[in-house]
Amino acid sequence: MASFASAVTPARVTARDWGWRHGGRSRAAVAGLDLDLEPGEKVLLLGPSGAGKSTLLHALAGVLGSAEDDDADESGTLLIDGRSPRDARGRAGLVQQDPETQVVLGRVGDDVAFGAENLAVPPAEIWPRVRQALEDVGLGSLPLDHPTHALSGGQKQRLALAGVLAMRPGLVLLDEPTANLDPAGVLEVRDAVIRAVTASGATLLVVEHRVEVWKDAVDRVVVLGAGPDGPSGVVASGDPDAVLESQGEALAAQGVWIPGRVPVLTGAAPGAGMPSSSSSPLSSSGDVVLLEARDLAVSRAAVSRRGFGSRKAVPVLSGVELDLRAGRALSVTGPNGVGKSTLALTLAGLLAPAAGAVVGSSELLAAGEAVPRRPEPYRWKAKELITRIGTVFQEPEHQFVTGTVLDELRFGPRQLGRGEERVDELLHRLRLDGLADANPYTLSGGEKRRLSVATVLAAHPRLLVLDEPTFGQDARTWAELGSLLLELLRDGVSILSVTHDADFTRALGATELVLGGATGAVLAGAASAERTGHGPAKGDA
Amino acid sequence: MSILVENREALDPYAAARAEQPLLGRANPLAKFGALAVITVALVWSIDWLSAGIAVLCELLVLPLAGLNLRLLWIRAWPLVAAAVLGGWSTAVLAPDKGPVLFSFGIWTMGEHSLLLGLGFLLRGLAIALPAVIVMACTEPTDLADSLAQLAHLPHRFVLGTLAALRLVGLMVEEWQTIGMARRARGVGASGNVLSGLAARLGQSFGLLVQSIRRASRLAVTMEARGFGAGPRTWARPSRLSVVDLWVVLGAVVIAGLSVGFSVLFGAWHVVY
Repeated sequence: MASFASAVTPARVTARDWGWRHGGRSRAAVAGLDLDLEPGEKVLLLGPSGAGKSTLLHALAGVLGSAEDDDADESGTLLIDGRSPRDARGRAGLVQQDPETQVVLGRVGDDVAFGAENLAVPPAEIWPRVRQALEDVGLGSLPLDHPTHALSGGQKQRLALAGVLAMRPGLVLLDEPTANLDPAGVLEVRDAVIRAVTASGATLLVVEHRVEVWKDAVDRVVVLGAGPDGPSGVVASGDPDAVLESQGEALAAQGVWIPGRVPVLTGAAPGAGMPSSSSSPLSSSGDVVLLEARDLAVSRAAVSRRGFGSRKAVPVLSGVELDLRAGRALSVTGPNGVGKSTLALTLAGLLAPAAGAVVGSSELLAAGEAVPRRPEPYRWKAKELITRIGTVFQEPEHQFVTGTVLDELRFGPRQLGRGEERVDELLHRLRLDGLADANPYTLSGGEKRRLSVATVLAAHPRLLVLDEPTFGQDARTWAELGSLLLELLRDGVSILSVTHDADFTRALGATELVLGGATGAVLAGAASAERTGHGPAKGDA
Repeated sequence: MSILVENREALDPYAAARAEQPLLGRANPLAKFGALAVITVALVWSIDWLSAGIAVLCELLVLPLAGLNLRLLWIRAWPLVAAAVLGGWSTAVLAPDKGPVLFSFGIWTMGEHSLLLGLGFLLRGLAIALPAVIVMACTEPTDLADSLAQLAHLPHRFVLGTLAALRLVGLMVEEWQTIGMARRARGVGASGNVLSGLAARLGQSFGLLVQSIRRASRLAVTMEARGFGAGPRTWARPSRLSVVDLWVVLGAVVIAGLSVGFSVLFGAWHVVY
């Protein structure tokens, strides 16, 4: 069979003084953009948040200016092969960040076929295209009727890419396609993109915070700028190494992740970056246990009910023994699906243990006014919980409960009937001062993350549980978060993080608890092992 | 010949998997819904126990054709069975007593007439609910959407939009749990009493609504970016009617005919109004 990939004509992109303002906004999202992409070129698009990267991608995909955005303003010209993107339907295909919303249909084959159907490709030609596309992204071994909900995050993103490839686009647009994935998923998607785009010869435009993932795979890096009064178009363009050489400093200061530059945390102990929390003189309270888990098994669904019979849930992880100590940090790592978040939520008193026990020490019970009657965090009232254990969820929006940033910060202290003296300090500390009256949902990703941490800290918890706190964050927010956490550690707070971010674990001087290795049901059993070697018992931090 | 076979495979990659399905799994969803309509329309006229009883019996007999057995049916349908029993019971207890009284306890009395009426209600509830459960158990939602758009000519934007949105419903269950935990971690429902618990539930619902809308709008962008919504489209899975579908509809007509026929014959048929 002749390769269908050769049927693709790569697209040319031309922007001349192009600008876009969303309806109802005073500031332009993109302004004065001049950009040329040669057919077949692979380009990485960088820039601080607010530079208009996503807006450009959406415009090229032809999805800007739909019904709900009709008082938007466009200036200049943006063309694909000399035509407006909205008239060039099917010339460009877009993959976005959130894997869950990249899947449209329930079966793998149907989902890949969806785009081709919409472009009115003759049915007899669709299925060969579907098979070819799945092959190109490395999902060729899946049956076409494989359910899409059973795919991992990385597989879902590759499926979305296959759906785009089946449209045979001349331009492939990727908007942070790996921001929500674990390290293995990131490489899996990156490799699939490069293989598929090289095979089809299509033009590629990628937006991504993490430069090192794409640097060696692209022909050119383009940097968009953003000043205090708005986006400022292209500020640098050229060979990846040359651009990073000349712009690296400025980009890093704006929060772009530059290879080889791990942000330095303020207030870090000398030699920070070396995992040595146990030997740090600052953690004098390091031997006080706050929370312990004994023979703990964890599961999301406590009991599932079918008919009138009920079955005990199968724990995703069991036999966990660990102590969380004041002034120490523990990082829980391991592949997706191994039960890291479930473990963290159980320790945080938000899920009931499937078996075994989570017990707060007398030290933890004494933190805060109302002393709980029982030592298990799961039995505590919310009021008793938040002064003892604070949990920061992966998705900040899940934790927003009021209409303004200021009210968010006041919410915890008010529930406790406390003063709000710490609120102003937190506002300032996390660079949220100017946003006190803003609606939390309208903040940028980094601002949302900082707010969600600040709201939990407003109640002064002794133990902080963080679920992927650095996912998708730019380097600047990363550094601020890290500095704040170091300070908390020095004050004797215990920190448990679920994270894939090795730099983060190192920066906090955290002990690492590695879960899993095997997959699926085999995991139930003592699957934990410790990587750093200086804890008295496994999982001790 | 071989070209023909290859062509068929190219046009419908699920053909092989479908061939292994029981009869109702192979049938076109539109035919199954037609069958559903035939049985429902026949049974809404009367509340006698005989016609409904025959229908329930026939429906249980066709279970294997949908790849179901009594146990699998019970797992799917027990809430409906519970509702039917409850409805039948209250009818039997509350209906005006004519004929000999069989049972009396305080204000509750039950006569022969009201017992039969209650039984009729129970069986009718089952007779109408079971076909829907059976049909949904052996129908792939995507195939249903295909046949609604291609054969029934419903607007494809509406049909496919609904189909894609339905996929998000499963995610909402998970999201509800997560939002509940995330809000407890913020101190919502602080004192643990009923009122603050109720307020917490309301807030949780609002949180879920916000997340659902955001998810839905992201999904809409995904679909639009894949060319959905404008211009003509083709269908990778042509939805066709076959002989099997004729049998399915005929089967429903036979079930409806037997139920109504016997009921009329034995004088049990009693039109509701």
